[in-house]
Amino acid sequence: MSSIKVKLKEKDIAKIQEICKSFDNKPGDLINVLHKVQGEFGYLPAEVQEVVAENLNVSLAKIYGVVTFYSFFTMIPKGKHPVSICTGTACYVRGAEKVLEEFKKELGIKVGESTPDGKFSLTCLRCVGACGLAPVVQVGEKTYGRIAPDDVKNILAEYEDN
Amino acid sequence: MANYKYHLLVCGGTGCKASESDRIVNMLNNEIRENGLSSDAKVVTTGCFGFCEKGPIVKVLPDNTFYTRVTPEDSKEIVMEHLVKGRRVERLLYVDPETKKHITDSKHMGFYQKQIRIALRNCGFIDPENIDEAISRDAYIALGNVLAGMTPEETCNVVKESGLRGRGGGGFPTGLKWEITRKSQADQKYVVCNADEGDPGAFMDRSILEGDPHAVLEAMAICGWAIGATKGLIYIRAEYPLAIKRLKIAIDQAMEYGLLGKDIFGSGFDFEIELRYGAGAFVCGEETALIHSMEGSRGEPTFKPPFPSVEGYLGKPTNVNNVETFANIPVIFNKGAKWFASIGTERSKGTKVFALAGKINNVGLIEVPMGTTLREVIFEIGGGIKDGKAFKAVQTGGPSGGCLTQKHLDTPIEYDTLIEAGSMMGSGGMIVMDEDDCMVSVAKYYLDFTVEESCGKCSPCRIGNKRLHEMLETITKGEGTMETLDKLKTLSHVIKDTSLCGLGQTAPNPVLSTMDNFWEEYLEHVEGHKCRAGSCKSLMQYIIIPENCVGCTACARNCPVNCISGERKQLHVIDQTVCIKCGTCMEKCKFNAIEIV
Repeated sequence: MSSIKVKLKEKDIAKIQEICKSFDNKPGDLINVLHKVQGEFGYLPAEVQEVVAENLNVSLAKIYGVVTFYSFFTMIPKGKHPVSICTGTACYVRGAEKVLEEFKKELGIKVGESTPDGKFSLTCLRCVGACGLAPVVQVGEKTYGRIAPDDVKNILAEYEDN
Repeated sequence: MANYKYHLLVCGGTGCKASESDRIVNMLNNEIRENGLSSDAKVVTTGCFGFCEKGPIVKVLPDNTFYTRVTPEDSKEIVMEHLVKGRRVERLLYVDPETKKHITDSKHMGFYQKQIRIALRNCGFIDPENIDEAISRDAYIALGNVLAGMTPEETCNVVKESGLRGRGGGGFPTGLKWEITRKSQADQKYVVCNADEGDPGAFMDRSILEGDPHAVLEAMAICGWAIGATKGLIYIRAEYPLAIKRLKIAIDQAMEYGLLGKDIFGSGFDFEIELRYGAGAFVCGEETALIHSMEGSRGEPTFKPPFPSVEGYLGKPTNVNNVETFANIPVIFNKGAKWFASIGTERSKGTKVFALAGKINNVGLIEVPMGTTLREVIFEIGGGIKDGKAFKAVQTGGPSGGCLTQKHLDTPIEYDTLIEAGSMMGSGGMIVMDEDDCMVSVAKYYLDFTVEESCGKCSPCRIGNKRLHEMLETITKGEGTMETLDKLKTLSHVIKDTSLCGLGQTAPNPVLSTMDNFWEEYLEHVEGHKCRAGSCKSLMQYIIIPENCVGCTACARNCPVNCISGERKQLHVIDQTVCIKCGTCMEKCKFNAIEIV
């Protein structure tokens, strides 16, 4: 499993238990539970999965299987400002690859990584459905449309101070 | 909507929201308040108007004025000019690209003229967060009539007679599916709405859910009555937060009004709807995989039969339909199966929604009668190719479809004709490509997607597609041979014939269709080591044209790898062994002295 080791606090464990309980600890609601838990912690490290496994009474292997199957779930913490480049077809034909290259160059990281200071992380996603604005980039909740490689520096600069 | 003199409809779809349509709503409201017009004008946040290219869009009723690319700062002018003085704001009107004239009424725009809106009937007209507006446009009437006077069998028959086929891609007759599920015996059955729209570049279902969620809820309840189910589930992508929010609101409001829940319309029929979230797996659009995902497992498909209609969610008979299919249902009941069947062609009835995107002038969401030609869609509705470039191909059906070319432009759009042409209807993504797109790279792009999304259960898909991807990689690097092309074709057919589910069976389609339609481009890559679109980096070289170079040193100074040499006012030369083909020199050169060969 992931090399990242985290020690969960009592209140973290209680929080996970509470989420599981809100779905009546039903194994069938595993994906809904994981969505909520990831929403709470930002990612799903092995230790968190263990608590979920115990509460829903399913094997840890099954949970690991589910977490690694779906691209929405991650076992690596995201940066403070997660940068997502849409690589859907509409964005692809309108130059998303060049934009992605520019982000990689500016941030000095590969897709799926975070900057050492934990400020930015870089991921690709498949179609946010704003194809009229292609190519599209999301930073956190904010969406930027019609991005050219030259815009990348300015976008990152907006997050310089925090 | 009767009491106000003006209604200002502001698009609140994902695309326009990203361009600050929320702020436009706030500022319009402020201006209206400040000008004392609160009892005359009402601002409504609606679903998608479809014309995303020109978003954010503000439409003023009753005169149908269609303002495009509106910014929050334009709000004041719209209120002061249009509402106060009764004059249209000319500069925000749509300009017809041919006549160069401002078009005031959206009905006269080329984009809308060829469209017939059935599934999208309410998108851009109603506030999707207000059930009363949906009801004012006939929502839940069909459900009331069905519950009051039709048996489940009659209900299925209406859908059968309409000729409606599944809009998710496969085109299976919807009525038949309902009937099979109705005939399956069980203590509990389920209605599932597949809202796991995974095709990259497709946003039809999202727009329907964001713009008219009640259409889908009503249709699911009708389906529940027809097949004998009391529970409905909507499986929706977690990447669609706005659609999720609006669905939740819609479900709550419908429950409150007694249009969902216990004893609907006093008929004794109960129907409830729950949401289930996807977590980013393309294969979950396949119905058996979707069902496994809803059960909390990995979304891996299983062999059919048994079909979900017989053994589905939790082992019970389950009817799975896609969002757009459901959105057609209430209209079929309100206007009659015959009316619906009169639209479209012999084999494909009704309309189809397409998400038009890529290198096209009018990116957006369109709905056309089946049988409309690709030419009409791309050149009349879509407004032709961006920047006056030449049309090269149109990709339909997403990663399962294929690329159609010039010779297919007059093909009428139907399930069967598209398959005959080597592509497929798919869920409705339509990506237009121009002369700058390399078809080998496009095939590689789709394979890249399939390789990542393959669930890994069966080996033809898991290993085969990876090999296809590697071969395409060799070709784009200029290392392919004729043997590579042979193997590419053979393996593609093997994967199609032997994969377990639809994902694998259709994954080689982009390869096969580009090989069929653009064979000469594959040959050029392999034999001539050339990419005519100039997009395969390994096959191109930047060179300096001696006649144009003035020796200004701009290229050499900006080259990130210092591979350009030359004295001031002397001819410069690029060292091809070091060049990384980043294109910076070409961008910086003011004398057009650098070209790609």
